[in-house]
Amino acid sequence: MDGFGEWIWFLLVFPGAAFAAGLGLVLSWADRKVSAMVQWRRGPPPSQPFLDVAKLLGKEVVVPATSWPAGFLAFPFAAFAAASLAAALSWHAALGLPGRAPGDLVVVLYLLAVPPLAAILGGAASGNPLGAVGASRHMVLVLGYELPLAAALLVGAFQVRTVGGGEAAAGTLSLEGIARFQALAGDAVGRPSGILALLVALLCCQAKLGLVPFDQAEADTEIAEGAFIEYSGPPLAIFRLTQAVLLAAMPALLVAVLWNGSAGTPGGRAALAGKVLLVVVLLVLVKNTNPRVRIDQALRFFWGPVTAAAALALLLARMGW
Amino acid sequence: MAETAAPFLPRALRGSPWVFHVGTSGCNNCDIEIADCLTPRFDVERFGVRLVGSPRHADVLLVSGPVSLACRRPLQETWLDMPSPRAALLVGACACSMGGYRDAYGVAGPADRVLREVEPGARIAYVPGCPPKPETIIAGLVRLLEAP
Ligand code: SF4
Repeated sequence: MDGFGEWIWFLLVFPGAAFAAGLGLVLSWADRKVSAMVQWRRGPPPSQPFLDVAKLLGKEVVVPATSWPAGFLAFPFAAFAAASLAAALSWHAALGLPGRAPGDLVVVLYLLAVPPLAAILGGAASGNPLGAVGASRHMVLVLGYELPLAAALLVGAFQVRTVGGGEAAAGTLSLEGIARFQALAGDAVGRPSGILALLVALLCCQAKLGLVPFDQAEADTEIAEGAFIEYSGPPLAIFRLTQAVLLAAMPALLVAVLWNGSAGTPGGRAALAGKVLLVVVLLVLVKNTNPRVRIDQALRFFWGPVTAAAALALLLARMGW
Repeated sequence: MAETAAPFLPRALRGSPWVFHVGTSGCNNCDIEIADCLTPRFDVERFGVRLVGSPRHADVLLVSGPVSLACRRPLQETWLDMPSPRAALLVGACACSMGGYRDAYGVAGPADRVLREVEPGARIAYVPGCPPKPETIIAGLVRLLEAP
């Protein structure tokens, strides 16, 4: 990418903000529809997530007297910007688009840490006690899942070094390099370390997206959406859009790192749609068949079995499996 | 069923009414019927209705029960916490007109009077019944949203 126009297009339209938000809203409709079907309900119409956001954009913004207004209003936008850049990079690699994207796996992981951080700061800035509880739970969750998530995704990069055929791919941490390597040596999920890494990454994804059983930070019935409790109108809409963008970004990232051998080919792009949909439906089914666990149980789960599985996956990748 | 005082509700809001429920000392029967609306049989999510946990996210305030003296301020504060445009749906005879609690010593008045103390032009719809059936509650909500 060289031209200024191309950059703007990449960041704001495709595969950046507009594409990711639109796709994310469609996927969030899929989430609600599948949830409804699991419960033998009919569920909302496809336009529902769009109507929700349009409505929120037209509502009054209430800034609580106890808040720090500048931060309270700025953090949603920081979250959205970071999430849509992460989505742009993930989709660029997952689709195998021509041109070099400006970031690698580490950049994407950093960017994906921003939305929870913004929620923490926004919840704290609202001055609401339940917002503070939500912020602290967000923090605990982030501590829990970031390490295994990073480890699981590094498996994809690690295999480039340890599995034969990796010499062809330069820059082991770049998403394109990983895709090029997988085109030669087969998908990461074709090897035991890749399967384990995908399972770990799926669990971390569940927590990153705030889906049951790891929705402690936003628990509706318990702490009234936690960090988002005081948000109304457009800032709330931006947070909702951020969640939608993450719902579009995370499955694409998992696919781009672990399951991307066919990137860039027409068949690969059709398969990509199926893979992303499969990941989303899996997440939704787990969400609908599990209860919310306590926050300490969630932390113990991520630091115990999940981190151990991630370490094992790295070990297996090291041995070239 | 619906009174007109406020301007039109925007189109997007009619397709996505988020509801916050306040029980103001009712007998709990109305609350059970409200929960019924969310069950697979009635599934109000079809119309975009969501029960939200914070008044800041809500468009419609569901009130059930006569407003006791202790609930008067909290109800008014909850109403003022909601971002405009906002509307109220009073569910059950108690919320509409005090029902059996009329002239009792511990009540502050029907919910519409209590809400209009803080916002005289509040947009309010009434769903009578003791308790009203879920069908009636849904019909009331639809009237509230579609009234000019
Ligand atoms: S209207 Fe009837 S059912 Fe509803 S709270 Fe009053 S007494 Fe109970």
